[in-house]
Amino acid sequence: MITINVSMALVVGVLYSVGFYLLLQRSLMKVLLGIVVLGHGANLLLQLAGGPPGRAPIVGDAPTDSFTDPLPQALALTAIVITFALTTFLLALGYRSWVLLGDDEVQDDVEDRRVARRERPAAAMDTEPGTDEADEEEALSPRW
Amino acid sequence: MTLPVLLPILGAGLTVMGGRSATLQRIIGLAVLGTVAVLAAVLLVAADRTGPVVVEMGGWAAPVGIALVADRLSALLLLISTLVTIAVLVYSIDQRIADYGRETPSTTFHPMYLLLCAGVSLAYLTGDLFTLFVAFEIMLSASYVLITRRTSASRIRSGMTYVTVSLTSSLLFLTMIALTYAAAGTVNFADLAGRVGALPEGVRTVLGLMFLVVFGIKAAIVPLHFWLPDSYPNAPAPVTALFAGLLTKVGIYALLRTQILIFPQGGVWTLLLYLAAATMAVGVLGALAQNDLNRLLSFLLVSHIGFMIFGLAVFDAAGIVGTVLYVIHHITVQATLFLVSGLITRRTGTVAIDQMGGLARTSPALAVLFAIPALTLAGIPPTSGFVAKLSLLQAGAGAGVSTAMVAGVLVAASLLTLYAMARVWVRVFWGKSQPPQPDPDPDDELVVGTASTPKPMIAAAASLAAVSVLIAVAAGPLSALSARAATDLLERTPYITAVLGEGS
Repeated sequence: MITINVSMALVVGVLYSVGFYLLLQRSLMKVLLGIVVLGHGANLLLQLAGGPPGRAPIVGDAPTDSFTDPLPQALALTAIVITFALTTFLLALGYRSWVLLGDDEVQDDVEDRRVARRERPAAAMDTEPGTDEADEEEALSPRW
Repeated sequence: MTLPVLLPILGAGLTVMGGRSATLQRIIGLAVLGTVAVLAAVLLVAADRTGPVVVEMGGWAAPVGIALVADRLSALLLLISTLVTIAVLVYSIDQRIADYGRETPSTTFHPMYLLLCAGVSLAYLTGDLFTLFVAFEIMLSASYVLITRRTSASRIRSGMTYVTVSLTSSLLFLTMIALTYAAAGTVNFADLAGRVGALPEGVRTVLGLMFLVVFGIKAAIVPLHFWLPDSYPNAPAPVTALFAGLLTKVGIYALLRTQILIFPQGGVWTLLLYLAAATMAVGVLGALAQNDLNRLLSFLLVSHIGFMIFGLAVFDAAGIVGTVLYVIHHITVQATLFLVSGLITRRTGTVAIDQMGGLARTSPALAVLFAIPALTLAGIPPTSGFVAKLSLLQAGAGAGVSTAMVAGVLVAASLLTLYAMARVWVRVFWGKSQPPQPDPDPDDELVVGTASTPKPMIAAAASLAAVSVLIAVAAGPLSALSARAATDLLERTPYITAVLGEGS
């Protein structure tokens, strides 16, 4: 039976909620920060799965119940490296998007935008040609 | 046994080093994948004759060390996937030669392609949850690069959506591993099978649902499918073909493996049954609303994911046989369709169906090449789609009223697939022929609107179509093989004893 202490559980909870909140933002930079925080949360949870914090993973020939399970630590190490690599990739992607588009906004679902456009009154679309509507139109029509 | 994973990684390294010579890169890529295909065939024969082949990495025994396991299911899927990757690689090499000449090497494409193949092989062969996570990460990081490389302003946003969604699902996967480990104290599939059974029912349900959500995002099950039609259509044709053929199927494979082995159901799995019905309906209706050829195909892909999880939801031998057959058939057919769509857009310069026309006259070879996979996808006899659908329908009809009703949805979705394909056929291949549109992004990787279809590219796509025809021809032995695989899966003991030894 694994016991978990309340403060660690709270930290994991806070990390997950902050991470998911940031993940729901528009800008890829905030999403990136969200993924980093969420990654920390997940890794901490993985650590806690190995037993109470504060003990060493392997202590020579000492009895097995005096040290924590080393496996989650090995898993977390791998996961940290992977998260790190992907964070770098996201940074590069954000930069590329900024170079190409001037912003790093993660766009809505295409069908969602199509539905939203249809629900807007047709009169509004006629009176404002060439503004956002036209851009939207262009963005929704098939590319190439 | 480890070679299907190690060889592509080694090949990826070599293609980076040999980045100056295009020919060298191509030879390495094809040689590596060819060898993997042969190895997969050998593994399949071995697994079929003597039971699952197990290799323990570094000599550590199974529950502690990392085990690679090839049973009938994983070896079969590995073989089919590798055949598809070879055909797609040939296609993309032909495309490159046609567009940039024989001598222009590409620094990133070949290494990433091979890395993706390594990830897919590892996902099929791994025997524990964490290695599956690593396999997914190898596969996905390669796919991030493939989908965003040399991209244009109009396509980078869809790449961002794809990367964000995939990363989120990876973090959920990590959370799931942590929870599973906290509850059961192991990440080895065979070991989990025994230990999860002993957990309280509430914990088991939570874990089972976590597995369903995580792999459901990868497999694009409704309501977790939104990212797929927004991201896949914007990649170059060979990349889309590869993703559509393999990545979602790896998700389905992971679902099959974990749900059957770790969370066996007593009878029909009602939740998944409804999800399957929703996936079929939403996907095919979404496809009917599209004017963009690639988006239409992506929605059809979502719809047919529903067919595959339907077999799993029925949860008996007949249903699993149907799923296995359907996965095999769909890997080849969906990849072929995207390759052909790449050829069509190359010729017409647009993906908008209403701006094409008359291709049957200007390019009859393309018309034939589109017709074969389109009819196969719709399940017209005697194609491989018909064989797979028939076994799914039989399973549905034999397992009670609710499954029979969802089998009705399946028939309707197949007919609507046929309708969607007929619509494409009428608009694209019949009618007045239209001049090709100019390439709107001349700077990016993709060359479209050339009004030509190079013969080697047609040959590559045709060879893939031939594989799907072969599947129909070999339907008898393949069904028998799938039946043996399904029995093994449902019995669970052959897998568990192969990994953990007789004593468990």
